[in-house]
Amino acid sequence: MAIPSIKITNGRIIDPSQNLDTQADLLLAEGKVEQIGRVGQADETIDARGLIVCPGLIDMHVHFREPGGEEAETIASGSAAAVAGGFTSVACMPNTSPPLDTEADIDFVYRQALRADQCNVYPIGAATKGRAGAELAEMGQMVRAGAVAFSDDGACIAKSGVMLKAMQYVTMFDRCIIQHCEDPELAGEGVMNGGATAIRLGLPGISPIGEELIVQRDIVLARTAECRYHVAHVSTARAVALLRRAKAEGPMVTSEVCPHHLLLTEEACAAYDANFKVNPPLRTKADVEACLQGVVDGTIDCLVSDHAPHGAEAKELEFLAAPFGMIGLESSLGLFARALIEPGLIDWPTLIAAMTIKPAQVLRLKKGSLHPGSDADVTLIAPNRSWRIDVTRFASKSRNCPFNGTEVPAKAVMTIVGGRIKHRDPDGVKL
Amino acid sequence: MSKEKAFVWRRRHLLGLEDLSRAELEHILDTATGFKEVSTRSIKKVPALRGKVVVNLFFEDSTRTRTSFALAASRLSADVLEFSARTSSVSKGETLRDTARNIEAMGVDLVVVRHPAAGAPHYLTRCIEPSVVNAGDGQHEHPTQGLLDLFTIREMKGRIEGLKVAIVGDIAHSRVARSDLFGLRKLGAEVTLIGPATLLPKAFREMGASLSCDLDDVIGRVDVVNMLRVQNERITSSVFPSVQEYSRLFGLTRERLARAKPDLLVMHPGPINRGVEIASDVADGAQSAILRQVSNGLAVRMAVLFLLNQASSKAA
Repeated sequence: MAIPSIKITNGRIIDPSQNLDTQADLLLAEGKVEQIGRVGQADETIDARGLIVCPGLIDMHVHFREPGGEEAETIASGSAAAVAGGFTSVACMPNTSPPLDTEADIDFVYRQALRADQCNVYPIGAATKGRAGAELAEMGQMVRAGAVAFSDDGACIAKSGVMLKAMQYVTMFDRCIIQHCEDPELAGEGVMNGGATAIRLGLPGISPIGEELIVQRDIVLARTAECRYHVAHVSTARAVALLRRAKAEGPMVTSEVCPHHLLLTEEACAAYDANFKVNPPLRTKADVEACLQGVVDGTIDCLVSDHAPHGAEAKELEFLAAPFGMIGLESSLGLFARALIEPGLIDWPTLIAAMTIKPAQVLRLKKGSLHPGSDADVTLIAPNRSWRIDVTRFASKSRNCPFNGTEVPAKAVMTIVGGRIKHRDPDGVKL
Repeated sequence: MSKEKAFVWRRRHLLGLEDLSRAELEHILDTATGFKEVSTRSIKKVPALRGKVVVNLFFEDSTRTRTSFALAASRLSADVLEFSARTSSVSKGETLRDTARNIEAMGVDLVVVRHPAAGAPHYLTRCIEPSVVNAGDGQHEHPTQGLLDLFTIREMKGRIEGLKVAIVGDIAHSRVARSDLFGLRKLGAEVTLIGPATLLPKAFREMGASLSCDLDDVIGRVDVVNMLRVQNERITSSVFPSVQEYSRLFGLTRERLARAKPDLLVMHPGPINRGVEIASDVADGAQSAILRQVSNGLAVRMAVLFLLNQASSKAA
C-alpha cells in the first residue's frame, strides 16, 4: 500500500543534525523526507503553526517485558506508548525472561515490532550469557540479527575481567557497551539512596559510591579496550564529574539521564510509595543539580525514560518488597521540558539533539535527522501546551508512574513513523 | 663465479625461531629437502645418528609431534627413548631439573622436550649437557612446527619473500603463531594475525604483524592461510561466547574459500576441529596442505636432529 505524502507547514523545524532551526515546510513522500523549505503539494497537509517539527524522538533505554512479562507490557503496548509519547524509535533492554542473549531473541523482537507496526524497536542484546556477568554472550551473532548495543542492564557487569573482555570483544562490531553502574556488593539489599533519608526512614540504602566506583573503573577499562562505553541512567554528582573528565580526554564515553533524576530527590520516598522506588534510586539535591548541569554543559549526551513497566499486582507492595522502576515513555518529554526548558537551563534545539541525533550516534542508527533522503520519522511538539499527566489515559499496560497528576509544559502532539502518522494527540494537533 | 662458502651450522640447541638468522633458517629448510627424499626410498634410513640416543621428554600430551620426532630419530638410525610425564616420577613430584638430570645420567645425546611452561627448554640447557630441542614450550614457541610450515609454504609457493600469510585463531595463546611469525618475518613474508579481539594482543604489532578481527576483509588478499585449532576450554571461558559464534566469524568455510585467491594455500597444524575453525570439505579439499605438512614435519625434524648432532659432535 502506497504511503500518502504529507506536507507539514508553518512549523518551526529544529534539526540539530543539520544545525537547522527555522520556519519552513517539510515534505514527506514514500516514507522518506523529501524536502525542507518551500515544498509542493501533498496528499495530506498538516498545519504545524506554533509547533516544533523535529526528527522523530529516540528513547535509547526502555524495558518491554516481552518475552516473559507480557502482563506488564508487550512490544506492541510498549511501542504504542512510545508513539503516544512522541517517539519514533526506541531501544529496548534485554532483561526479559528469557533474556535477549541469542540471535533468535533479537530477531523475535524485530518481528514483534513489525507486527505491532507502531515505532521502530531496536533490541539491545545482553553482554553476558543470561546477564549473569560471567561468560560473553554471542554478540557477533546478535549483531548479525540487528542488535544495536550490548548491556546487562538491570544488572551490572561487576567482574573487571569479564567487563574488559566484553569491551574488547565488542570493538569487533562497532557497538557500544551500556553499563548499569551499580557495584552489587555495595548495593546489597538497598531499596533507596544510601543517605540520611534512608537512615531516617529505616530502609536499607544503595550506596552512591557504588555508581561512582563502577563508572571510574569502567572508564579505565574502556580506554584500555578502546571501546565505546555508555553509562546508563547516571544519577550521582560524582559520576557526572568523572564523565566530564573522561569526555575531555576523548569521544568514546557517553551517558544518559532520566527525568526523575532531574526532578526528584530521595525525600520523595518518605511516604513509602513504591512508585518512587527506582534503580538507580532518587538521590540528593546536589546530585540532581549536578545531573542538570551535566545536561547543560553536554557532559550527559542523551535523555531517556528507562521506561520500566510493572503490573499493579507487582508494584502494589510495601516499599521494601516492590520491584524497582517507573514507566516513562508517555511522560518523559513533558518532564524533560519541565526540568530543563521551563527553568531556562537549555533551549529546544539542545533538548531535541539529546533525544534524536545523540542517541542515534551512540547506537549507530541512521536516524535522528531530517536531511532529505532520511526516513520520514517526525515528531510534532507543542512547546507551550500545559497538560496534566494522567496514567488512566496511557497506552502502556502499566500505571506505575510517580508523576501522575503532575503538570508539564510541553507535549508531543503527532508522531510520524516511516511517513505514516502513528499518533495524533486526542486533544488536537495544535498549539 | 666463485664457489660460495658452505654454511656451517653451529647451534647445539633449537629453542625457538626468534633468534635464528635468515641463513640459519634457510639452511635447515635446505637440509630438510634432502631428508624428504629419504622418505621416498624403500629403506627409509640413513646412518647419521647411529649409536646416538634421542629422548622424547614430553610433559604435555602429544601424538603427532612425539611420533614425528620418534620416527625422525629412528630414520636417522638413532635409538629413541620415550618419556611421558603422566606415567613417570613427575607424578610423584620430581622436578623438571631432577627428571632431566636423571635421564642424562643414563647417557642421552639429544633431548626433545615439550613442556607447559614457557622457557622450560631454555632452563634445561642450563641443567644438562645434551642438545635440547624445543617441541613446544607453553605459549612461547614450537620451532619445528614453524619450520615445517615454512618448508611447506616454500615447497608449494616456490618462495616466502613477499608472500602474504594470514594466521587465524587464538593468537594470544598460540606458540605456533609466534614461531610462524618469527620465521615468516625473517624470510620476508607479510603476516596478518586474525582472531577475536579478546585473543589478539596489540603487542603483536611490535613483532611485525598486522592485526585484524575481520577474516572476510583479509581472506581475499592473502596467499596462505594457517588455521589454528581453538581449544574448547578457551571457547567457553569468558573470552569467547560459543563454538558456533567462533566458526561463524572465523571459520574457514567453503564460502570464504570461494572469496579467496584460487591458489590460496590452506594450512593447519592439527589436530583439526572439523566444522569449527575449518570446514570438513576445506580440510580435505584440493587447496589443503594439511597432510603434506605432516610429511614435511618428518623431514624437518630429521634435519634438525641431524644438524644439532653435527654441531655437538664438532664441539666434542
